[in-house]
Amino acid sequence: MTDPTPYRRPYRQTQPEYFYPPYRSTAKRAPTRPLVMPPQTISEVTGPLFGHEDVKPEEADLTAQHAGEPLGERMIVTGRVLEETGRPVCNALVEIWQANAAGRYRHATDNHDAPLDPNFTGCGRVLTDGDGRYRFKTIKPGAYPWRNHYNAWRPAHVHLSIFGRGFMQRLVTQFYFPGDPLLPYDPMFMSVPDERARHNLIAEFDWEHTIPEHAIAYRFDIVLRGRDATPMGA
Amino acid sequence: MSLLLTAAQTVGPFVAISFEHTQVQDVAPPGVSGERIVIQGRVLDGDGKPVEDAVLETWQANGHGKYSHPEDTREKLLDPAFKGFGRVLSNRHGVFRFSTIKPGRVPGPNDVLQAPHLVVLVFMRGLLKHLVTRVYFPDEAANREDPVLGLVPAERRSTLVAARVGDGLLEWNVVLQGQNETVFFDY
Repeated sequence: MTDPTPYRRPYRQTQPEYFYPPYRSTAKRAPTRPLVMPPQTISEVTGPLFGHEDVKPEEADLTAQHAGEPLGERMIVTGRVLEETGRPVCNALVEIWQANAAGRYRHATDNHDAPLDPNFTGCGRVLTDGDGRYRFKTIKPGAYPWRNHYNAWRPAHVHLSIFGRGFMQRLVTQFYFPGDPLLPYDPMFMSVPDERARHNLIAEFDWEHTIPEHAIAYRFDIVLRGRDATPMGA
Repeated sequence: MSLLLTAAQTVGPFVAISFEHTQVQDVAPPGVSGERIVIQGRVLDGDGKPVEDAVLETWQANGHGKYSHPEDTREKLLDPAFKGFGRVLSNRHGVFRFSTIKPGRVPGPNDVLQAPHLVVLVFMRGLLKHLVTRVYFPDEAANREDPVLGLVPAERRSTLVAARVGDGLLEWNVVLQGQNETVFFDY
């Protein structure tokens, strides 16, 4: 078997470093010894693939998981999962999780003094279609305080986990909302060195997918690592 | 055409609301052929304290050394019941545990066979992007000739090799910092 074509190394400055002092939790969790750089093998370029037997269509609607509707501003989140080359990634598994409209997660250790919503769990999953498109219906999450520094507030955000074609494309990220005044104070957002890559974490208002008299849409495209046409050194 | 790669962000402290009910702690359902093993261990931070909110994702070949993936084009037996993907959360003691089968050998660079191994991705609050590592098996002669282990400084290789602590029971820890810091890979 010929060696697999490797995925490109992450483009410089697009990814945060492990150790980023403004985000305090990195201090005891970021590796301190040099990372080893092996060639990519069949073990890394492959990875779990998912199909319609793994995900139910209703998992894409976070507003319909309980008896009643959750409180908050309804929103549609759409976008495409693409490789750096522009090639769409179909059947990518996209998982999301988020706080409710009041900024509270349904998690035992979230002790923020904001109400839980009995009609909102805050997680969903979907597969991309043949053009790499995904779509969720949910509510806009609220900002919430955390103890990273004095009077620290996380800007409203939604967590996303994406499985592409192999483990080399695995990505977990967060998207934010346009015009949020908390963004420049958020160490997670600010940990991305490249200004364009940072800006790309902000979803765009999407008038085309906004549903009249029902829900505002935001667009968030996700770009995974791609491969060059020929193997390096071939 | 080249699009700008999306930046990674941490899974944060509340990832369990999504990943807890999608855990795959039993990677090899009944009927899958291979040597049955349980891998357990702890995730420890720079103070040696247990990490109570980590997620480990594992990927491996089946017992014949075949990945359930179209890029593995070798003519080897696929096991329809075996996907090879695991996802487990650590508990409040930093402990994780999953059961699987020992994978067969797969080719590495220049078709040199690799020793049996699992690829492991590590996610947690405090990691702005995930870590990548591997688990190898104890008492495995092939470890000596493994092309990836060979790139790891000799004194750190043991961090990638599980220890046998019982019949079919292996222990392998994720140590984030310090003297016994686990080897992590950068691809």
